[in-house]
Amino acid sequence: MSDTPVLEVRQVSKYFGTVIALSDISTTVRAGQVTCVLGDNGAGKTTFIKILAGVHRPDEGELLVDGTPITLTNPRDAIDRGIATVYQDLAVIPLMAIWRNFFLGSEPVTGRGPLRRFDVATAKRITREQLAQIGIDIRDPDQPVGTLSGGERQSVAIARAVYFGARVLILDEPTSALGVRQAGTVLRYIVQARDRGLGVVFITHNPHHAYPIADRFLLLQRGRSIGDYAKSEIGLADVTRLMSGGDELDSLAHELGRPSLP
Amino acid sequence: MSVSTVDERIANIGVVRRLLVRPELGSACGAIVVLIFFAAQSSVFRGPSGVANWLDPASTIGIVALAVALLMIGGEFDLSAGVMVGSVGLVTGLLATHYHLNIWLAIVISFVFAMATGLFNGYLVVRTGLPSFIVTLGSYLMLQGLNLGVTKLITGTVLVDGLTSAHGFSSAHFVFASSVVIDGTNYKISIVWWLVLTAVASYLLLRTRFGNWTFAIGGDQAAARNVGVPAARTKITLFMITSGAAWLVGVITALRLTSVQANQGVGNELIYIVAAVIGGCLLTGGYGSAIGASLGALIFGMVEQGIVYVGWDADWFKFFLGAMLLLAVLANRVVRQYAEQSGKQP
Repeated sequence: MSDTPVLEVRQVSKYFGTVIALSDISTTVRAGQVTCVLGDNGAGKTTFIKILAGVHRPDEGELLVDGTPITLTNPRDAIDRGIATVYQDLAVIPLMAIWRNFFLGSEPVTGRGPLRRFDVATAKRITREQLAQIGIDIRDPDQPVGTLSGGERQSVAIARAVYFGARVLILDEPTSALGVRQAGTVLRYIVQARDRGLGVVFITHNPHHAYPIADRFLLLQRGRSIGDYAKSEIGLADVTRLMSGGDELDSLAHELGRPSLP
Repeated sequence: MSVSTVDERIANIGVVRRLLVRPELGSACGAIVVLIFFAAQSSVFRGPSGVANWLDPASTIGIVALAVALLMIGGEFDLSAGVMVGSVGLVTGLLATHYHLNIWLAIVISFVFAMATGLFNGYLVVRTGLPSFIVTLGSYLMLQGLNLGVTKLITGTVLVDGLTSAHGFSSAHFVFASSVVIDGTNYKISIVWWLVLTAVASYLLLRTRFGNWTFAIGGDQAAARNVGVPAARTKITLFMITSGAAWLVGVITALRLTSVQANQGVGNELIYIVAAVIGGCLLTGGYGSAIGASLGALIFGMVEQGIVYVGWDADWFKFFLGAMLLLAVLANRVVRQYAEQSGKQP
């Protein structure tokens, strides 16, 4: 049982017309582990996320949850199977109160018939509790999410996914728009989610954010996999070199380097 | 405004901040200022008959403004809401007088007509992704043309009258157009409808899942969809609520006047939007309040009648309304900046 990955991607390809967005991608996500998807712009990271999140359907290959092949038809489908996606910019709605954001789409209700209503007291209480658990002390659950820092917003979205029973958490560049300290905060929440037994897919283009927390690396380049490694098989230097194009970087270094003095 | 410091956690500052971000704050202040201004100058304005007089236009504008506010919070406009009031009156009137239907049946049929128009607007906006401004501008013009064309075709004039002789008129008149006498003053029943609907709309917005979805689709539709909010369904429902409100006012107006002009309601669509914006709705959606829209309508009613009571030329009314609108938009901008800017602090 513990050997079956919670989510497995097998030889997935996706085409948009004649454009090959992804070709023959495979990797695994295990409970309590972090799988990092690394790639430069245009490498196919976004398409990869959207396939996992149920936005796109793969043209070839399959997705397996707990070893069973599944088909995701829409985002709700993915959420219902415990696959939660936190998008970089689209995670929360800035003008809405924290508790409204936290329960958006899955609001608790109380009462019956025409009096069935949003259970506001419960929503506020749970929001406060859940955020306290990950170390965000909210002054007032009524404050708009827009008043939180970027790192806190990502963390609210992560806390929400964890609370709603996500088993796989997909994070789309959660640290890329953040400063060093805030990125550190978000990485800490990712580790917390991992320690609670979630499988985490962490998409980034920053190997320095990825390496300390990853258990597995999937390296993408121009829609192709250039490697699917366990952490023991690869070092930070290799990850950095591979994802920045390997030979390309060498030649760039050569090109940019000062000509040696005669 | 120092944000993210220890001071911010002190409770009493929190209270001030919470008050400041209430969307209806601006319209509440505005309503109080306008009330004091006119009440100080005119004894009729502050007397019971004056109050009944300015509550009446406030109620018929307010009922539709409430729905328009919900729709605007959901991120859309409805320019056909004004002409819809006339269309409903004409459908009801023609069926009851020219086709001799029981007026209650005519009211039910005009309700179905209003729902169909709302569905049409909503479906078109959701399916095409076109701005609702354009889609409802189209339906506004179409309805305006139909109102004139069909009325002329059937009656030969631009007026439908004689509703008093229709079957069921007295009971319908009692429900939609009668007056309540309190202490010798006649208050129109539409005021009761308005107050009840303000409470219902506010409850719907703040205490139901539907309300949460409304804020969400107006705030960021893609983000809302990603967490499983049924955006299309919510939006279409909002359009139908708006034409439902226009239906109610259409029936109220028709029964009150017992005749309907073919150009009834045209021009009011912007007044509804003005009331909603004065009440704190952002034009970009995602923020606003039902109570605010009602306060906006109240300001409208008070200014419209107040100008007459203090003996000014009624032409100044539009100037006044425009100034209120600008003030409200400026105040809203400050609120929005407040809500979004502090997020960028470390």
